[in-house]
Amino acid sequence: MSELTTRTIAELRDGFRGGDFTAREIAEAYNAAVAAAKTLNAFTVETPDDALAAAEAADKARGSGDAPPLAGIPLGIKDLFATKGVDTTAGSRILKGFKPPYESKVTANLRDAGAGMLGKLNMDEFAMGSSNETSAYGPVISPWRRKGSNIGLTPGGSSGGSAAAVAARIAPGATGTDTGGSIRQPAAFAGICGIKPTYGRCSRWGIVAFASSLDQAGPMAKSVRDCAILLEAMAGFDPRDSTSLDLPVPPWEKNLSSNLSGKRVGIPKEYRIDGVPQDINALWDQGIEWLKDAGATPVEISLPHTKYALPTYYIIAPAEASSNLARYDGVRYGLRQEGVKTLDDMYSATRAEGFGAEVKRRIMIGTYVLSAGFYDAYFTKAQKVRALIKQDFARAFEQCDVILTPTAPSAAFGIGETTDPLAMYLNDVFAVPASLAGLPAMSVPGGLDGQGLPLGLHLIGNELDEQMVLNAGLAIEERAGFAARPERWW
Amino acid sequence: MKPPLAPLAAFRPRRYPPRTMSVTNQQVRHIAKLARIAMSDDEIERLAPEINNILGWVEQLGEVNTDGVEPLTAVIDQKLRLRDDVVNDGNIRDAVLANAPEAQHGFFAVPKVIE
Repeated sequence: MSELTTRTIAELRDGFRGGDFTAREIAEAYNAAVAAAKTLNAFTVETPDDALAAAEAADKARGSGDAPPLAGIPLGIKDLFATKGVDTTAGSRILKGFKPPYESKVTANLRDAGAGMLGKLNMDEFAMGSSNETSAYGPVISPWRRKGSNIGLTPGGSSGGSAAAVAARIAPGATGTDTGGSIRQPAAFAGICGIKPTYGRCSRWGIVAFASSLDQAGPMAKSVRDCAILLEAMAGFDPRDSTSLDLPVPPWEKNLSSNLSGKRVGIPKEYRIDGVPQDINALWDQGIEWLKDAGATPVEISLPHTKYALPTYYIIAPAEASSNLARYDGVRYGLRQEGVKTLDDMYSATRAEGFGAEVKRRIMIGTYVLSAGFYDAYFTKAQKVRALIKQDFARAFEQCDVILTPTAPSAAFGIGETTDPLAMYLNDVFAVPASLAGLPAMSVPGGLDGQGLPLGLHLIGNELDEQMVLNAGLAIEERAGFAARPERWW
Repeated sequence: MKPPLAPLAAFRPRRYPPRTMSVTNQQVRHIAKLARIAMSDDEIERLAPEINNILGWVEQLGEVNTDGVEPLTAVIDQKLRLRDDVVNDGNIRDAVLANAPEAQHGFFAVPKVIE
């Protein structure tokens, strides 16, 4: 039944419902695939029994004729989601051994929809990173390799475990979270689809907080349809999240359509930057052609503050992180550094021991920009520029229905190849503006570069218009015919 | 459909005109104290230029004219909801304490605070 692992979620769902195979067979195939892929370091915890228990319930429900939408589908869950009784560490030493006594709203929604859990997925520590190298568990190794090379590549980050697991066919789909590109950049690096919905669609309740005004959960899967299926199950109003949108969840899957006639695709001239590999700009041009072929009309648009998005993000995100991560003090959960005399020393020693270098760096930056005398110069200024970035998009969407750009300025790079923090931050140059504006955005694989590595195309939609993003994604997917798979070496 | 290329250098971290406010080792030590992260002198020494580099880069926001711009307060425009002021939780002491590194007599235990 190993061929089950090559199928999409839609195929698994339909095959299970049609009686072609049982949920148990699906769970067993994936559990075996997970167990055989330890080299990738994609999982921090494996939970085969959880997947089997959900499968058993699914098989029973099918017998009685009322199987919920995700019955029989086992998923990988990013380690940022609190999972009741199962280690949840956000890829950090400081949360070592933390077993939440509660379940995050998003994973509870998935469970209610019948999904099982294959395990927790490795990630950059507290979702801070673009390569998975900041994880306390060590980096995830991408299943992809450059042609004729066996150098270990990063699957991107921070949802690197999620991207690697889906690309390696050891999970049919996974949850990710995106603060400044953490779903989309790894999806692009791994040749899969990933969508970050409008800020507020998915409840943040029970997701370990990084930067609360930016954090959004979303699905990562093989196809656009699978993303629509998963997002429908994950999204929904939650009174326990103060910024949760009190709106019905649209039937995204049912309304999927790749007919884009009458739609206008915005091409932001500020994203056309020199120094980006030719393969990426060529794919972008190809993407414009594909959308034209689907009936859309390209229009040039301007997002004049694009160049200021990254510096704005690197004030706001660390500021919010320094505040959110103040809770890790060695008192209520996780690590405590013993052998110090005073309470204050215990806090400082625990945090010194528990946080990795990138997290410390961001807490320090955040603490600085929020400190007395600097708050207005940095934080307030950044929130003003953020308002201008949001206004750029509002104006652009008067002229177009969806925006097309590349997802990332490069293909996957080697583990250990990027050591300068600022160079690492540049990975999200195309992803961050949509995050700052809270807009839905998706990466869809478009093709391979000269080295045989996947490249993604990035679609940004107007507020609440996930449908347009998914539809344009589908139009690209149908035309790109991306069928490349990493050859199994692990 | 091909707009002219803007140089990637415009995005790339660059050392901005000598920062007006360069962070000193002493300030880094102070920030570490505020952030409650113990740091050796070596670490401070290593971190100071990194922080200066990042701050130098974000200071390019100074170029943006934000006169009369209200700082963004809500990503997606919506009213914050109020809930009824009633107890909606509780009686879960053991669950709350279950993950504590040290719990005693139904409380979180910490090193002695008052002599």
